[in-house]
Amino acid sequence: MARMDAVSKRTVGKIEKLAESVIRAVKGGGNPFVEIPVRSLANVRFNEKKRVVELGNQRQKRYFFNVSMAKKFMQTFLVSDACKELIESGKTTSIRDLYYITKHSIGDTKQNTFEEQDESDPIIEDIEVALDALREELHLFASRKGTMVGPITIRDSGDTIDLRRMGSGGWGVPSIVEENVIQFGRHEAKYVLLVEKDAVWSRFNEDKFWKRQNAIIIHGGGQPPRGVRRMVQRLHRELKLPVYVLVDNDPWGFYIYSVVKQGSINLAFESMRMAVPDARFIGLSSFDKVTYKLPSNVAIKMDDGDVARARQMLAYPWFQAKQWQAEIQEMVKSGVKYELEALSRRGISFITEEYLPTKLKEKDWIA
Amino acid sequence: MAAKASRVAKADRRSRQLELVPVARPVAEPPAPTPVPAPGPAEDAAAGATESRRPKRRATAEEMATRQREISISEFFTKNRHLLGFDNPSKALLTTIKEAVDNSLDACEEAGILPEITIGVRDLGFEASGELTKGEGRFVVSVEDNGPGIVKAQAPKIFGKLLYGSKFHRLKQSRGQQGIGISAAAMYGQLTTGQPIRVVSRTGKGKPTHSFDIQIDTRKNSPVVTRDETLDDWHQDHGTRVDLEIVANWQSGQKFVNRYVEHTSLANPHCTVHYLRPKQARLSFPRATSELPKEALEIRPHPHGVELGALMTMAGDSKSHDVKGFLQTSFSRVSAQVAGEILKHAGLRERMRPREIAGDRDLAEKLHRGIQGTKIMAPPVNCLSPIGDALMRQGLVSFLSVIETEGPDGEDGQLDLDQAAKTKGKKGKAKPAPAPEPAEVEAEEGVEKIKGHDYFIATVTRPPRVYRGNPFQVEVGLAHGGSWPADRPVELFRFANRVPLLFQRGACGIHEAVVKTDWRNYLLSQPKGSLPVGPMALLVHIASVWVPFTSESKEAVAPYPEIIREIQLAAQECGRKLAAHIRKRQHADYQAQRRSIFELYIHEVAQAIGKIVGRSPDPIRREFMRVAEKVTEADLASQDAKLEEAAEKTARRPRRSEEDE
Ligand SMILES: Nc1ncnc2c1ncn2[C@@H]1O[C@H](COP(=O)(O)OP(=O)(O)OP(=O)(O)O)[C@@H](O)[C@H]1O
Ligand SMILES: [Mg+2]
Repeated sequence: MARMDAVSKRTVGKIEKLAESVIRAVKGGGNPFVEIPVRSLANVRFNEKKRVVELGNQRQKRYFFNVSMAKKFMQTFLVSDACKELIESGKTTSIRDLYYITKHSIGDTKQNTFEEQDESDPIIEDIEVALDALREELHLFASRKGTMVGPITIRDSGDTIDLRRMGSGGWGVPSIVEENVIQFGRHEAKYVLLVEKDAVWSRFNEDKFWKRQNAIIIHGGGQPPRGVRRMVQRLHRELKLPVYVLVDNDPWGFYIYSVVKQGSINLAFESMRMAVPDARFIGLSSFDKVTYKLPSNVAIKMDDGDVARARQMLAYPWFQAKQWQAEIQEMVKSGVKYELEALSRRGISFITEEYLPTKLKEKDWIA
Repeated sequence: MAAKASRVAKADRRSRQLELVPVARPVAEPPAPTPVPAPGPAEDAAAGATESRRPKRRATAEEMATRQREISISEFFTKNRHLLGFDNPSKALLTTIKEAVDNSLDACEEAGILPEITIGVRDLGFEASGELTKGEGRFVVSVEDNGPGIVKAQAPKIFGKLLYGSKFHRLKQSRGQQGIGISAAAMYGQLTTGQPIRVVSRTGKGKPTHSFDIQIDTRKNSPVVTRDETLDDWHQDHGTRVDLEIVANWQSGQKFVNRYVEHTSLANPHCTVHYLRPKQARLSFPRATSELPKEALEIRPHPHGVELGALMTMAGDSKSHDVKGFLQTSFSRVSAQVAGEILKHAGLRERMRPREIAGDRDLAEKLHRGIQGTKIMAPPVNCLSPIGDALMRQGLVSFLSVIETEGPDGEDGQLDLDQAAKTKGKKGKAKPAPAPEPAEVEAEEGVEKIKGHDYFIATVTRPPRVYRGNPFQVEVGLAHGGSWPADRPVELFRFANRVPLLFQRGACGIHEAVVKTDWRNYLLSQPKGSLPVGPMALLVHIASVWVPFTSESKEAVAPYPEIIREIQLAAQECGRKLAAHIRKRQHADYQAQRRSIFELYIHEVAQAIGKIVGRSPDPIRREFMRVAEKVTEADLASQDAKLEEAAEKTARRPRRSEEDE
């Protein structure tokens, strides 16, 4: 834990420095501010060479003496203070917990420091980027919702866990999966399969797909949380395992794939730690409905939001590859989308016994 | 018609004055009379057609003559009571009270006594059954004053004869003018209940107190005294009390009375009014000043206001030997030199007899043109007695004190004390939560704190002006803020010679002038063609030796351009003061709001930062507060610049319209 102590010290130092800069500013009669890199599409760019989404260098100043910024400024320091306390006491907590820790009424008014968790979550991300500190370095984690199973043994906080013996539930992937917490042991895995949904993952687990195929199967309950993404990246980098991503055939599914592959707009600053530029899109492709003879009555009509989202994605720099343009255009043109479960129409285990093995065999994926 | 009947009865001096009526009261005609179209061929043709049909003769002149006889004014009144405000039982209630109160105030003012008036309304039905009368019923209205009293010999005629009074034959600012008021009320009572008016009066300490019951012989228009007593004792040293039993509708009429009482005390801050109502606590409006209004002086008519017919009658009544003397003695502002000029312009001999003018229309017309063509000094204006800025302010303050206690809000956006009583019954629940007071805002000039609410009060008294030879003067006062509703049209209080005008708002020149003023310049909203909207009461008073009412019932002022213009100028001046205040308030609110936001957050920030760096939060907070002052000021400067700009725009337009003054 010595290294962790050094990291903690550094993080606490950063928080203190931020506070000192504010004190200096007011002493000098100035309007104190916190400088925060802008976390929006406008300040995100695609690094072609590294093939990841990166944060640009636009920064915004959050002033205290500005009626519209004063509250956020205050919130920034409430969260900073709480994090410092967490780090110093060696405890880690959820971002929901943090919301409750920092929420209280202001003076004798009915106003609260935070009205909802929706207010405190972005402040945490602001601090991460402002301090250039990772969430776990702030001793915070988001709710865990990823599950993993496969031919691998790991060590989690000193406990040895055999992921071949996880029954029907699988192993819950923690939010913090850094090397100091999780270490990899013996394994026979040939690749990693990341599926979008809990229900589909259960099918793969029940069918012992991992055993047959020597695959690590993992899901992130929709858009995978940081812990899952970091875990996938470590499996890819450290164990040199290829990563396949299996998602719904809709704009949201494609977006999940892109997040796994090159990072999200929101967390662009963490792309380097989480992106897997080599991740392969294995399905559900817009053309699978023909190849795998999906009846049209399992299709779902796209709504206006879906179409708009798909059109937006056509312009993303990381979807410029011909294959991707074809995928998205086909979806827009047909006006329908498919869930992974649609494959069950061809048999309950069609997805594990026919679909995926065929796709892998025929290398029918997009890289 | 009223004038004619009176003229017959009065001495010559009076009849001379009588002919002033068209001069001083050009009210009935609109400022721009529509020309009567000449009979066209169509009408001639119609006349011809009638001729050819030869209808059967019905009555002969002789037969008609048997039916032609004198109509007594009292008889006329019984059939035309609406002309004097007795249209229906609810309006009659107010009119009865108003006639008595106006008389009391006039009498006190003339005698130089600070008035203390008690108005009482008794519900006879309620007294008999214990239940308030619903709709029409019998009521006794009483009004008691501490005025000079009435001498015994005069009382019967004053109360029992229509068109008998002291104010008609003079040009002087007073509430009463016609000599009809109180006797008309007495007649209304007699007609509806059969009961005579009961009068108690005493002219001074040590003098006897007389009490009468007086009936009117409506055919002869003469009083019949049915009771004549001397009281042993009366609580007033001097004064008059009248009791009138009338058919009235308290249920629907009381709101008018309430408003009349409130507004009378508003426009007469030197007067104390007590108001006793059935089944309700006594309400008192104490006087706001013990200074009597400046005495209004009587003046002679101004030549520029005289009309041809009146000129002829005046000439006929003149005792002067020649027309030059007639002009000098009958009119104000006519010196020997001016009279000479008039006659020169008219091409008339100075030695001509006034009687010649009276008898010759052509000569009279020459003289009339001569008058119009001569520059004559404006009439003396010392005859007017405005309320004045200071007293208008005091009146507004004490008025608002009562309103604040009773609570505002009535139906249709007008004040109503009874609504207030209901609100009070609900323990003030209906009152909106008071706006948070900005901390430590310096007291602003013009702002009065009344029962915990801040009101901005501005008043403007215009210099006297003249319409048709009649001096008049306009005053405007406004009260803004407090607990008035902000989303309703402003309250407009109209007054003429200190008498509130409660009916016919839409027909009134005062309303017209206020609506025509662009209040958006003064930061109020104003729907097109309507009163402005905002938490404001606007008082407009016009004082004149003869107020040009649109009708006999004295309810609306005729829209003379001169009068409209004066009202607008006064309103604009008040408006500019208001705009300055609203801006100052917005500024203060903004500052307070900002400061309080920052103050709240500063505490939190200092606490958090103090903990992070491991130091006491207090010095950090102090540093923040110091910067807060500075930053707020700097930021406000730009805000101010914006407001200034808006103000400039505001001031530009009205200023232009004043230039051509
Ligand atoms: N309370 C009173 N005290 C003293 N004098 C009074 C009182 N009431 C009436 N008078 C006298 O009686 C006269 C007649 O009053 P009345 O109300 O009939 O007519 P007015 O006031 O002259 O004119 P208007 O018809 O416009 O009211 C008054 O002119 C006044 O001289
Ligand atoms: Mg009168």
